[in-house]
Amino acid sequence: MAERFNDRRLQGVIPWIIPVLGLVSWELASDSGLLSARLLPAPSSVAVAFWHTLQDGTLIDSVAVSSWRALKGLVIGGVLGLALGVVNGLWRPAELLLDSTLQMLRNVPHLAIIPLVILWFGIGEGAKIFLVTIGVLFPVYINTYHGIRTIDPALVEMARVYGLGPAARFWRVILPGALPSIFVGLRYGLGIMWLTLIVAETVSASSGIGYMTMNAREFLQTDVVLLGIIIYAVLGKLSDIITKFGEHAALQWHPSYARQQPEALA
Amino acid sequence: MSNVLHVDDAYFTPELTRGVVPVLAPIPSISPAGLPIELRRMSKVFGHRMVLDRLSFSIAPGEFVAVVGRSGGGKSTLLRLVAGLEKPSTGELAIGGEMVNGPQSSARLMFQEARLLPWQRVIGNVGIARGPDWKRLAQAALDEVGLGERAHEWPSILSGGQKQRVALARALVSRPNILLLDEPFGALDAMTRLEMHQLLARIWREHGFTAILITHDVAEAVALADRVIVLRDGAVALDLSVDLPRPRREGNDPSAARLAARILAYV
Repeated sequence: MAERFNDRRLQGVIPWIIPVLGLVSWELASDSGLLSARLLPAPSSVAVAFWHTLQDGTLIDSVAVSSWRALKGLVIGGVLGLALGVVNGLWRPAELLLDSTLQMLRNVPHLAIIPLVILWFGIGEGAKIFLVTIGVLFPVYINTYHGIRTIDPALVEMARVYGLGPAARFWRVILPGALPSIFVGLRYGLGIMWLTLIVAETVSASSGIGYMTMNAREFLQTDVVLLGIIIYAVLGKLSDIITKFGEHAALQWHPSYARQQPEALA
Repeated sequence: MSNVLHVDDAYFTPELTRGVVPVLAPIPSISPAGLPIELRRMSKVFGHRMVLDRLSFSIAPGEFVAVVGRSGGGKSTLLRLVAGLEKPSTGELAIGGEMVNGPQSSARLMFQEARLLPWQRVIGNVGIARGPDWKRLAQAALDEVGLGERAHEWPSILSGGQKQRVALARALVSRPNILLLDEPFGALDAMTRLEMHQLLARIWREHGFTAILITHDVAEAVALADRVIVLRDGAVALDLSVDLPRPRREGNDPSAARLAARILAYV
């Protein structure tokens, strides 16, 4: 009996049993009127809503607008976090000056400043990009800083003895050594990026997925609301898979990444 | 086969040395000879502790000197001073007749651990300083230590002995005039250590660099060096030449054993 569970094909099927059963019984419950379509629409009507919004272009537009916002915030916050982490990790005066301030700011829940941000930026693009930037900055900063501070000093000394100048030491020893930690920060940052965007778009927006779902709520289109939630989940998973690919390409040397496929693809 | 394996070293069966000593064309003698090293009343003080106390001695070009002593006796500090990683508190150091300060490109250092960059492949580690034509030079150095076929592997899959051989290749790539060895074989098992001794002795003979080997293993010192210096409490307790014929066999030579016993008495 136990051997049968080692069958790879069976292992591929088993994890899907509960989701599929859940989906089928949900559909049946909705069709029989047990579940009110106003509270929770049937999976089939979500699929129909998907098809409609895809055809009239709102879905593509909303996803494009939201992804573009996410990307802008990610790039600005990521670059700032990386730069601050590198500077503070390498240069003691900068660390003394900046690190404790950054650690204090890090503990402010960035979503709590939404009212202020709306006052500053209005409900335009600036507010959302600012919030995403703040959300991404700290995890990238903390992990870059930590990665650089925990580089084996013996390797840096070796590089010095073997004639590597400061620039070569940074590119060939310090940055690659900090890379696993930087990726951890990036993946944290991506999670926060989508979360921030969902909240920001839901509170105030005139385009994007958040706007699409809030608009649908006004018209009691619960199927579109549910669709929006699913789209957010898919985007989150997608960005995680992309990062995992990047990780596996950049960290081939790392024993825990050697010759194994990314889990997300298995 | 005999001209390659030095079968006169009866200790080694061909089985043991296979793959360690590669078949090589004789290396053209383009490498400059070793440089002389001179310490003039060098002291090193850490806090209130005098680690090296007015140390003076000179090493001839191409000479192989082993420095033995107890841990904390100042051996590693001595090597780090010669490597330019530490500055002497007083006294001076001359390499090739010139006063030096800081790391020299003519000297290369092998550490206790291999200190390979895990994110560089073997060849990238050997050619760490890059420079013109580094790939060919790194490959040649790897061939010399018998790891030419592992050039494109990651260091993490190599054994301890192989890692130290890569580190040796990394040191050889720039054709150094001085090779400084800080107990590089201390962590290896006995068999691998003997293989490394053979390899180092052959490469030293072919390259002609000046070598300083730090070790706590008196047998290792006697097997490799022309001269053994015993360092005790930061001063030279014994300076003894080792006039044993080369290549040397390790393990069953009574005159080497007598020398080792004599050195041990001073450690």
